Amino acid sequence: MTDSNQSNGHSSVRERIEQGLARRHRKEKIFRGLGIASIAFGILVVALLFTDIISKGAGAFRQTAIELQITYDPAVLGIDKVDHESLTWANFTGVIRESLRARFPEVSGRSDKRELYSMVSSGAPFTLRDRLEANPELLGKTEQVWLAADDDVDTFVKSLDDSKEGFRGRTSEMMAGWIQQLLKSGELKRRFNTAFFTNGDSREPEQAGIRAALVGSLLTLLVTLVLSFPIGVAAAIYLEEYAPKNRWTDLIEVNINNLAAVPSIVFGLLGLAIFINFFELPRSAPLVGGLVLTLMTLPTIIISSRAALKAVPPSIREAAMGMGASRMQVVFHHVLPLAMPGMLTGAIIGMAQALGETAPLLMIGMVAFIVDVPGGVTDPATVLPVQIFLWADSPERAFVERTSAAIMVLLSFLIVMNASAVWLRKKLERRW
Amino acid sequence: MNTMTLDTAGHAAPAQPQTVERETVDTQTVVKETVGQPLCDNAKLSMRNVNVFYGEAQAIHDVSLDIGRNEVVAMIGPSGCGKSTFLRCLNRMNDTIEGCRVDGDLTLDGEAIYGPKVDVVPLRARVGMVFQKPNPFPKTIYENVAYGPKIHGIASRRAELDEIVEDSLRRAGLWNEVKDRLDKPGTGLSGGQQQRLCIARAIAVSPEVILMDEPCSALDPIATARIEELIDELREKYTIAIVTHSMQQAARVSQRTAYFHLGHLVEVNDTETVFTNPQHALTEAYITGRFG
Repeated sequence: MTDSNQSNGHSSVRERIEQGLARRHRKEKIFRGLGIASIAFGILVVALLFTDIISKGAGAFRQTAIELQITYDPAVLGIDKVDHESLTWANFTGVIRESLRARFPEVSGRSDKRELYSMVSSGAPFTLRDRLEANPELLGKTEQVWLAADDDVDTFVKSLDDSKEGFRGRTSEMMAGWIQQLLKSGELKRRFNTAFFTNGDSREPEQAGIRAALVGSLLTLLVTLVLSFPIGVAAAIYLEEYAPKNRWTDLIEVNINNLAAVPSIVFGLLGLAIFINFFELPRSAPLVGGLVLTLMTLPTIIISSRAALKAVPPSIREAAMGMGASRMQVVFHHVLPLAMPGMLTGAIIGMAQALGETAPLLMIGMVAFIVDVPGGVTDPATVLPVQIFLWADSPERAFVERTSAAIMVLLSFLIVMNASAVWLRKKLERRW
Repeated sequence: MNTMTLDTAGHAAPAQPQTVERETVDTQTVVKETVGQPLCDNAKLSMRNVNVFYGEAQAIHDVSLDIGRNEVVAMIGPSGCGKSTFLRCLNRMNDTIEGCRVDGDLTLDGEAIYGPKVDVVPLRARVGMVFQKPNPFPKTIYENVAYGPKIHGIASRRAELDEIVEDSLRRAGLWNEVKDRLDKPGTGLSGGQQQRLCIARAIAVSPEVILMDEPCSALDPIATARIEELIDELREKYTIAIVTHSMQQAARVSQRTAYFHLGHLVEVNDTETVFTNPQHALTEAYITGRFG
């Protein structure tokens, strides 16, 4: 009796387990499905973002140019020798107009001629000046030169890809005819847009480049890294390894955590009040930008560095201490090497945040229209996200693709930065 | 090895097991005085009236004990009895614990261990330590052993350092096993080898005293036997204090045994006496396995 009871008991328990098993498996499946779904959603969104940006921005890497037969006629230029001063005064615009008139002799009338002249970028005379300065023997001679076309021409040519008619909003019937004519003869072509990588910002889209913003970002991040990493790591080491645990350190910890959540624009205002108003540092400078971003990234770096230090097993500290290592030797010989990968991860997250930050930099004047590539940390500069913001705000159609192209540059900057950090971390990581 | 009657299972056999009655021992009794001989003539380390507090809680109550030159003293007792805490006082490892306070006179060769002017760095070079869990540095075997001599500036030349490393590894009985892979990480060794590496690391700075905090608790019996042999050999040069959970181990390696109970030092005597003829009821109850 007891025997069968027991076996009954066993089988009923087993039945129950089996009943529950199906439910458990179902839950497991649902959970796994949800996980896959969320990852798929993430990938989809990223893919959409990338296709959108790349499809919009790819065009910016090619710029329409016109091939013109340029004669460096001293009479038109108004110079008799090639030196720096005379070149400043030389009338290169006249040379270009001359050549355009020669190419389209049928054009007459003031307004038609003005339209013809507007096909070439207003930056083209400077291209010619640079060519002549580099090759003085060209004076009085004739050569074929590719000159950047105006952004309206560029926009029209690129819009022909999508529709036969093209975007006619800013191109007259007459100009469209000239363009078609030049396209057919191969005198109008899309060529690699070097200006985008060598120039600073410009009001003219065909002359606008990313270089100044890229260098500005680089300088700003350099200042941020140089300041925030050592300060953050030192603060973390002190708080974690040296500071006594009391009310003061608790207070500091709470404040650091709170600072990490402060909106970045507040740091911008702080920078404006302290660095610019009080210390009278130059406006729009990467130095001030770096200082502001340092304030912003410090909490991130401190928090992640402390977490990395906490993760180092206490047995290693004990081992070193038991050998008679001083506190500093314990930290620098044993704890820091083990915590370094984690610290680097934190620093990278902080730097990536800093790279994409716009709001605090607006407050310290880095939103200004800056054409020159900054040569140092005190030169006026702008940064990539601010440049994107400025271009996104511009009315010219050609800036749409440049905005996307600038985003691509910013993202590649980010990827390069993160990849180098991952590589560094792999190199530093010790096998446990 | 200690000459002591061990039965086949390795248990220390009390002299007259029949006469021991299984009376209940009140394990909560407060021990007033230490029985046996806590003091000795040629003390290397001497502790008098040591009290240790963790914040408000008192972990060690008025313990006085001497550890003689070239002697192995085993500290046994149930978990939480304060034996590890006491051991860690001897090279001031307790300093790192927040809120830990040590009272009493502790001296090494007559010099105070605790004092405002005492520098813990040379102290810990003189009093080395081996921990419960093998904790080699995540560096190569060579660097593990060479670390102490390097930071203390013991070896000035590379050849000298090589010699110290080889000598230490030999004395720890590890040389033959690792001589071909000194540049491999120390963490890649087996548990027993890691612990011997830690011992090699500790003796590389030629300490006078070695503290061992349950050095074999994470090891298998064969590795344990190797370490115990090693302890017996090391006794010729060093003074050793060992905390252990295994009474057999205490019986095998030590000359004197100290029994701790709830932060009190209950009994100290020759190891043989403690295991064959315990004088305190608590000691007897513990070694016969009635609690702990």
